[in-house]
Amino acid sequence: MNTFFEDFATFAPALVGGLRISLLLTGASLLFGLPIGLIFAFGVTAKNKILRFVSVFFVEVGRGAPALVLLQLMYYGLPNANITLSSLASACLALTWTTAAYSGELIRGGLQAVPEGEIEGSEALGMSRADTMRFVIIPQGMRIALPSLMGFAVLLFQTTSLAYSVAVPELMSQAYSTGSSTFKYLTVFIAAGLLYAAISIPATWLSVWLEKSMSKHL
Amino acid sequence: MDMLLAILIGLPMTILVTVLALLIGSVLALPLVAGLRSHNRFVWLLCRGLVDLLRGIPPVVWLFILYYGISVGVIRLTSLQAGVLGLGLVAAAYLAEIYRGALTAVHAGQWEASSALGLDRATIWARIIAPQAWRAAIPAYTTFAIGLLKDSSIASTIGVAEIVFMSNHYARQSGGSITVYFVAAAVYIVLSVPLGMLSRKIDIRMRKTVTR
Repeated sequence: MNTFFEDFATFAPALVGGLRISLLLTGASLLFGLPIGLIFAFGVTAKNKILRFVSVFFVEVGRGAPALVLLQLMYYGLPNANITLSSLASACLALTWTTAAYSGELIRGGLQAVPEGEIEGSEALGMSRADTMRFVIIPQGMRIALPSLMGFAVLLFQTTSLAYSVAVPELMSQAYSTGSSTFKYLTVFIAAGLLYAAISIPATWLSVWLEKSMSKHL
Repeated sequence: MDMLLAILIGLPMTILVTVLALLIGSVLALPLVAGLRSHNRFVWLLCRGLVDLLRGIPPVVWLFILYYGISVGVIRLTSLQAGVLGLGLVAAAYLAEIYRGALTAVHAGQWEASSALGLDRATIWARIIAPQAWRAAIPAYTTFAIGLLKDSSIASTIGVAEIVFMSNHYARQSGGSITVYFVAAAVYIVLSVPLGMLSRKIDIRMRKTVTR
């Protein structure tokens, strides 16, 4: 047991450095993915055929294909279309796609859960459609969608562990290279697992708490 | 066409990994959900901790722990064994939560009525509660199963020759092209669409026979 902690201490700097890249990748994917998801939320039911087709395509492929396939598509596939991105950029692009697809559906669910009366009320007050969306529907819909978006963010953080397969130097790939140089695979992967758990378990608790406290205000 | 065939060689493995992991998960989730409903604080804490840990650590880490981690000892798992076991353990934790939610969806009156009729506990569980809870669990269960189908691709990282592994293999052999990955994505989508439709159909039929 003692050697486990000693090894843990030796591996810690590399692993924590990897964890920072995992978190960076999660943050960047959410930063780009969520606004696109909001557009998709409207796009999949839009009257404009092109917008609807594009939205449905990206949402269905983003949710239907495994994240691993999207990562490899961006990293190994794109260079054949004469677009070569760094490993971090291609992983970010792939996970942004995943984020936009899933959050698009979650946001759409949230917007649809806003009571019809809110729209009728806004119409009665003479608000324009854009204003109704901007000030009435979107704020309430986002509040309804927030707990499930939090839940998705935790899953996304876990999914970044797959980015090791496209050579992003995140937590999993740091663990793998440490393991292959010291042969202490068991220790280093348990250490990496605990680091992932240390972020995702409290984050899950937070999303459960958020859901409970939000439901009071709806 | 060549490409599609090369990818589809991995299809049986994808289905095998998914089905076996789902089986292991469905069975192991039962003791877990019993523990989550236990009044014994120690048992509850143990199961709660286990479920949180299994869900809090990414599946790929579990696969690596099982495949590379315990290969040093006496037991050495093959990549298929490690993949199925790892995904099965993670599935058990998620399914335990799904079962737990489904059990709370069964109306308390069902318990009261069964006791009032003088049924013993085993009969109440087997004949009254479990069939209704199962119906309530179906939508979440099938959503999870579709997710697991996609997660089975993670087993390619430890060398299980399923769809993603085969597409990579083909991409490397043929000098690579972006189409391979789109075809692989399409295979997963084609697999999951009918599953989703089936689940909605069963759910609508089952819903009629659940009390609220």
